[in-house]
Amino acid sequence: MEDAVLVKNLTKKFGKFTAVDDISFSVPQGSIFAFLGPNGAGKTTTIKILTTLLDKTSGSASVCGHDVAHHKKVVRKSFGICFQDQSLDDDLTAFENMDFHGALYGLSKSVRRKKMDELLALVDLSDRKKDLVRNYSGGMKRRLELARSLLHEPKILFLDEPTLGLDPQTRNHIWDYIKKLSSDHGMTIFFTTHYMEEASRMADHIAIIDHGRIIENGTPDDLIARSGAENLEDAFLKLTGESIRDDGAGALDGLRQGMRVWAGKK
Amino acid sequence: MQATYILWLRQIIKYWRSKPRIFASLAQPLLFLVAFGYGFGPVFAKGGGGSYINFLAPGIIGMGIIFSAMFAGIEVIWDRQFGFLKETLVAPVSRFSIALGRTLGGATIATFQGIVVFFLSMLFGFKPSHISSLPLLLVAMFAIATLFTALGTAIAVRMRDMQAFPIIMNFIMMPLFFLSGALFPLEGLSKGMTAFIKWNPLSYGIDAIRGLLSGVYHFNLTTDIWTIVLAAVIALIVATELFSKIEA
Ligand SMILES: Nc1ncnc2c1ncn2[C@@H]1O[C@H](COP(=O)(O)OP(=O)(O)O)[C@@H](O)[C@H]1O
Ligand SMILES: [Mg+2]
Repeated sequence: MEDAVLVKNLTKKFGKFTAVDDISFSVPQGSIFAFLGPNGAGKTTTIKILTTLLDKTSGSASVCGHDVAHHKKVVRKSFGICFQDQSLDDDLTAFENMDFHGALYGLSKSVRRKKMDELLALVDLSDRKKDLVRNYSGGMKRRLELARSLLHEPKILFLDEPTLGLDPQTRNHIWDYIKKLSSDHGMTIFFTTHYMEEASRMADHIAIIDHGRIIENGTPDDLIARSGAENLEDAFLKLTGESIRDDGAGALDGLRQGMRVWAGKK
Repeated sequence: MQATYILWLRQIIKYWRSKPRIFASLAQPLLFLVAFGYGFGPVFAKGGGGSYINFLAPGIIGMGIIFSAMFAGIEVIWDRQFGFLKETLVAPVSRFSIALGRTLGGATIATFQGIVVFFLSMLFGFKPSHISSLPLLLVAMFAIATLFTALGTAIAVRMRDMQAFPIIMNFIMMPLFFLSGALFPLEGLSKGMTAFIKWNPLSYGIDAIRGLLSGVYHFNLTTDIWTIVLAAVIALIVATELFSKIEA
């Protein structure tokens, strides 16, 4: 099976600071892939390189079989993205935001209008489509961004912290849509999160990144086997715990803490 | 093409929805028209210059255009801040068509503002004595609009600071505006000023508007139109080139 994302020795430097440090991983087509790491780990930077917004410093990356540095246009056609920070135009209506997106992606008016009706219904925004986006709640904006990112029928969907700042109910709602897309359309899903719970519950493959380096990478089963733990939660604790002893930094504290809270709830 | 059109359309829709912006960018030119027009009118007439309002109005039309054009630059910074820029930068269209749509959108709005100032100044006593060619008048206005929208865009591409942008723009635009013949006749000035005016593309734009509305030119119509159109095209190329290198 062809990989939806293939990254080899990818490095990104901002001046002297290395945000992404020689990472390699692949995402099988049709899978749900979680990029898990604390704030500042380099998740967004990696997504920006994969989506042609940033140029890499060295290494290589391809999306749907096309090199992101050399075949920008094909790559751009192949993915949809929901950014970490919103990217809607507040002064336009939901309908206009969608319609303009379709036009940017070269869809004809009839095609995009039909698709828009479907997608706005999918995210339950049909009756609010004439409202200006500035009057939307955070959750509605996320749903609209999700619908918009699907308009041009991408093969792979990038979601950068898709549930950040949302209440639990809206989070579940968003995940229901995403799961449905994955199971009904075989769409590859690449999402980042700093919630361990979200990664372990949703993903088929997980890569854990910290300080720009991937410290663990594999299916939940791999991670369990490798750590010798009983379950995924313990595996995370062992794996991330080790990494902290290795580099002496505490950036993963938040992750571990979140893990304990979640494990405690179970 | 569709991308350029849709980004042009977006600017127009946003402009039309923002009434405060429309009024704000009309207020300053009107203030200049009234303060300078009525203030210097008597002196100008005594000096044998005729009606100052009639002389001044074309310059104020130019002012309406360039101040509105500046907004298009701010919008680049705005769109970066509020994220919409990324949405356009990941789309499978050339950066050139994005920049073109944005700039032409801003230029269309600025031209429209210029037309509004034109009619408003007639309310304040401006009487065009000799309207020779309305199409050429529009060409001159649109060229000025494109030149300054592109200038604003080119500067905004490198900036993230929304507060600093108007300051820098004023620093560039004010000299260009004051030394363009918008406010005073260009005859009999010092050597230094004359040289600056000669290299200021806006001088030709204002001269074209004034000439097309009064029949009297400082340069001549052909030179005016070609110079301002050429300057606009060069600015547009530079702005789109800089915009292509933008990082979100
Ligand atoms: N444009 C930039 N210039 C300088 N440093 C940056 C830039 N973008 C991100 N960084 C730095 O790179 C690191 C990784 O950031 P990011 O990829 O956004 O992390 P994450 O998404 O995992 O929270 C952070 O330390 C951040 O401050
Ligand atoms: Mg991030």
